[in-house]
Amino acid sequence: MIVLTGLTKRFGGLLAVDNVTFSVGKGQVLGFLGPNGAGKSTTMKMIAGFLEPSSGTAEVAGFNIATAPVEVKKRIGYLPEGAPTYGDMTPASFLDFIAEIRGFDGTDKSRRVDEVVERVRLKEVLTQPIDTLSKGYKRRVGLAQAILHDPQVLILDEPTDGLDPNQKHHVRGLIQDMAADKAIIVSTHILEEVEAVCSRAIIIAHGRIVADGTPEDLLARDPNHNAILVRTAPEHLAGVEAGLAGLGTISRITRDPDGQNDPLLRIRGDGGPAIISRVSDCIREKDLNVEEVFVEKGALDQVFRQITTVPPEATPEVTPEAGDA
Amino acid sequence: MRNILIITKRELKSYFATPVAYVFIVIFLAMTGAFTFFIGNFFDRGRADLEPFFQFHPWLYLLLIPAISMRLWSEERKTGTIELLMTLPVTTTAAVLGKFLAAWGFTAIALTLTFPMWITVNVLGNPDNGVIVASYIGSWLMAGAFLAIGSCVSAMTKNQVIAFIIAATVCFLFTMSGLELVLNFFRLWAPELLVETVASMSFLTHFRAVMNGVIDIRDLIFFTSLITFWLFANVIIVDLKKSA
Repeated sequence: MIVLTGLTKRFGGLLAVDNVTFSVGKGQVLGFLGPNGAGKSTTMKMIAGFLEPSSGTAEVAGFNIATAPVEVKKRIGYLPEGAPTYGDMTPASFLDFIAEIRGFDGTDKSRRVDEVVERVRLKEVLTQPIDTLSKGYKRRVGLAQAILHDPQVLILDEPTDGLDPNQKHHVRGLIQDMAADKAIIVSTHILEEVEAVCSRAIIIAHGRIVADGTPEDLLARDPNHNAILVRTAPEHLAGVEAGLAGLGTISRITRDPDGQNDPLLRIRGDGGPAIISRVSDCIREKDLNVEEVFVEKGALDQVFRQITTVPPEATPEVTPEAGDA
Repeated sequence: MRNILIITKRELKSYFATPVAYVFIVIFLAMTGAFTFFIGNFFDRGRADLEPFFQFHPWLYLLLIPAISMRLWSEERKTGTIELLMTLPVTTTAAVLGKFLAAWGFTAIALTLTFPMWITVNVLGNPDNGVIVASYIGSWLMAGAFLAIGSCVSAMTKNQVIAFIIAATVCFLFTMSGLELVLNFFRLWAPELLVETVASMSFLTHFRAVMNGVIDIRDLIFFTSLITFWLFANVIIVDLKKSA
């Protein structure tokens, strides 16, 4: 559905997007991550046909954005960053305009508008000027505009930015509902969102792709992925630590400065399989005095920081020792 | 074509959704009236025509048209809606024409609302209504040229104040270029051909010709080609600016 080949954008001397190549198929929800200024929005603007690439191509549903921009735009729903809308219009007249320009008229038009209003829950503010609406409603008007024509490809630039947790949940639900028959790209800063809605994640930094995989793949790049956490009372700490020695790298975690909870030990495997069973066997054998044992999933934001704060030349390799303790 | 009209409709609606339209129309009517009766001496000259009414149009437009045109594109850029508009399945040309037609249609509405003037002069005497119709058409064409310049300038900047000032200045130059004052300055050093060219660019010269009741094809071509040129430049600027 979406095929980017060597997509590059320069603004004067600044290389905003550098040779980005990926494709997104039907049924995929791609989470597009990266620090501010990494080139996410610029890439999305190029796919949506707002910016022309300096080199490389973007194809949507088989149409090249440079040679058939209008065909591409017909098949895309695009929510620009900040969800700009015409503030002096009401959601009703704004969506009516969008429906007309998308080629609907008569009963077809009103059916589409009603449907989308229902879907993003705009009914109660339909006749108020958009300028007077809350941020959440404004965002939903923008979203309604993007999905009104049931496009094959959906490009959403920070769709949940500034929404409250309930609204975020609702928007994520919408994205998941639409995922089956569309190719969707969602940019976001919120990493939990990637785990919640995306089937694939791409991290971009300094205009280049630095990671591409399922959210699980990315989690696995956290050095603490699958590490074991063991909680024990302070008086047993030394004993437990000694008992577990040899299973892996053990570190004390001082996440709990005021000492409300009992301390934690983290045991990081040396790459061998299923350290959890070895740890639990060991605890049973030596009858160590522990309170709880659990497996760490790893944190996307940890992975994100690691990948995106390394200078671009040295990027992709995640060194196993670079964790916190 | 369909898209142009949809955009025109949306734009026109948004003029009337805000006080802009009403303020403009009221000021336009008040000023045309004031100029006609107080400075144009409509009654004292004892002639049944609308010359005192029309002769001030270029000067009124100089102030009022850039006020309409300044927001056409700079507002879209400022609020980011240009990104929305240009990712809808419309061409840049359709967007430029749609916006221009809305603004031009709006001035047509304002101009139409001066009809009491026409009625008045017909009640008071027997004017040449052909001349009046020609003058209305000429005035509207001139407004179109002012608007096309303003629209193009508006696409250059995010700042509406800058758009207003530059548009007013460019329009001023086009208006003034027919005055002897300006032409004498050029005669001092420029070849006759250049002087003629400058003179022929003048809105005043062409508008006065139309006001005399003769709609010369050359005046029509002048205004329409001027509109076409500025709108063409407008399309190019919108495309260029969006990529930068």
